[in-house]
Amino acid sequence: MNPMAAVSVALTALRVNALRSFLAMLGVIIGVGSVIVMISISQGAKAAVDAQISALGANSLQVRPGSSFRGGVRGGAGSAAPLSDEDVEALREQIPYVIAAAGIIQQRGLTALVDGVNWSTEVVGAHPDYFFVRDWAIVEGRAFTVPELDGAARVAVLGRTVVNELFPAGGAIGATVRINGVPLEVVGILTERGQSSWGQDQDDVIFVPTPTMRDRLAGFARAGVRNPVQSIWVSVDQARNIPLATEEIIDVMRVRRNIRIGADDDFSVVNFAEFIRARSETESQLGLLLAATAVISLVVGGIGIMNIMLVSVTERTREIGLRLAIGARRADVRNQFLIEAVVLCSAGGLIGMICGAIGALVVESLGQFAVSIEPTIALVAIAAAAGVGILFGFYPAHRASRLNPIDALRYE
Amino acid sequence: MAKPLIRARQLTRVYRLGGGDVHALRGVDCDIAQGDYVAVMGASGSGKSTFMNMLGALDTPSGGELTIAGQSLLNRTPDDLAKFRNEMVGFVFQQFNLLPRTTALDNVALPLLYRGMPAARRKARAAECLKMVGLGERMDHHPSQLSGGQQQRVAIARALANEPRILLADEPTGALDSKTSEDVMDIFDQLNASGITLILVTHEADVGARAKRRITFRDGLIVEDTQ
Repeated sequence: MNPMAAVSVALTALRVNALRSFLAMLGVIIGVGSVIVMISISQGAKAAVDAQISALGANSLQVRPGSSFRGGVRGGAGSAAPLSDEDVEALREQIPYVIAAAGIIQQRGLTALVDGVNWSTEVVGAHPDYFFVRDWAIVEGRAFTVPELDGAARVAVLGRTVVNELFPAGGAIGATVRINGVPLEVVGILTERGQSSWGQDQDDVIFVPTPTMRDRLAGFARAGVRNPVQSIWVSVDQARNIPLATEEIIDVMRVRRNIRIGADDDFSVVNFAEFIRARSETESQLGLLLAATAVISLVVGGIGIMNIMLVSVTERTREIGLRLAIGARRADVRNQFLIEAVVLCSAGGLIGMICGAIGALVVESLGQFAVSIEPTIALVAIAAAAGVGILFGFYPAHRASRLNPIDALRYE
Repeated sequence: MAKPLIRARQLTRVYRLGGGDVHALRGVDCDIAQGDYVAVMGASGSGKSTFMNMLGALDTPSGGELTIAGQSLLNRTPDDLAKFRNEMVGFVFQQFNLLPRTTALDNVALPLLYRGMPAARRKARAAECLKMVGLGERMDHHPSQLSGGQQQRVAIARALANEPRILLADEPTGALDSKTSEDVMDIFDQLNASGITLILVTHEADVGARAKRRITFRDGLIVEDTQ
């Protein structure tokens, strides 16, 4: 029998029992559908994590003051002595792995004013290296320069959201923005970053040189420390040097802060990328577990196919006997039932794939997860469904082909 | 005399069952010529059905010789026998054995499918066979839309589709009333007249009376053979 005729025989048999065929497929539909949803979600989550990590900047670390411990009373985070521009210089100069370092001072809720339009935003005083450390490109204009930094120049670099709010008609570069009455010239605009992993709008920000922030805008001062900063961001040359760089930063800072041997650090070095990875590790393990569940449901679907095919073979014993009597070879009978199983599973796989894709989009629209649907996964899912058909269809088909024609014809 | 179409010598068939061996055939000698019209008769359990199954290559002998159209049917593989059935034999069963929810035309075309004939030729040949049994108007009917006699005629058309040399009918009128039995037997008479070798199993005397030759079985042996 030629293959086309075999497929058409199988399709006819399936159409004759359309409802049962559909019910048999349901297991595979659910199995493939859930595999697609799970993989799409975990792919989406992975993409989101990658985006978050790249938004931090490559190989970046943050140094921040920890809690003080005086007279048996532990202060809150940041209650220890602040960091300073001199610390930034020391890290940059003394540690070979550190290729860039920038101290920053952040303050939220400052009002920026342009021609009567105002916008409350976050203002960050930073060293120009900060844009390098955070891997944050200037899309228009330029970053401020080191001479501008040293001279506490009245210049600003704006995030996209601020530009959109204050300059809806454009023309931001060269314009003047007032913060706390201080006029600042806009020299650059940053590329759009979107939401952070904490759901904060990263583009709602204005950058100014650190001394400008410290001396002119916010009056950031700490007793006993000259040129204080809130935290320091450093960039390490290579990912594999991050542990070494972390150790050296700790050594340098302990010396600079006169911490006795054996005493606890009163500052911390944070690797945010590691944080995000650790968190996503849990997520991806959960995803793996869900994918395993989905694969199990695919296997259960396959068992359903096997069950229905065994019922079908038993029910059609006389038909098989007749086919054998009029000249079907064993392979013809085996192929007929095998093709039925494969057609059932592939159709189930196709429907499951469509349902899975729709399901993934629904999940995305509910806003719980980012999803990413990849065509290769869809192909793999259909191939897996067809494989399930062959795997679970073989035994019933083989059994059908081994029937004795006389017994089969007499079967009641 | 010309070489017989079917030649059986000392044909035996033993079924091994739990309670001991059952000897369904105990050494049957029989020649059947091309174009003969044979009624095989006997009580149930006499071995007549086993003999028919042998002739149709549905069952294989335990011993002896069986040659049909020059081919020995001993020690053949299942696929070999399938090919033999497809080319040499047409079967008509008591219960018709048509595929449900399948048109008369597709039922009749079924044997040709296993011969690898292209779809268009299958349909043409099936239509031809249905016209031969007087069902040219009902080719698209399903078995459930046909009477018993019509269903048996579809089954005969299916048996004829691959132009067999031998037509084997097992109680072909067993499920039909006397009027439709007559119609079916008339078709058999015509087919034999056109040269096909016809062998039918029956326990009805009037059906047996139409045959040219009657073979009667008892306890696995031929006890009567009348021309």
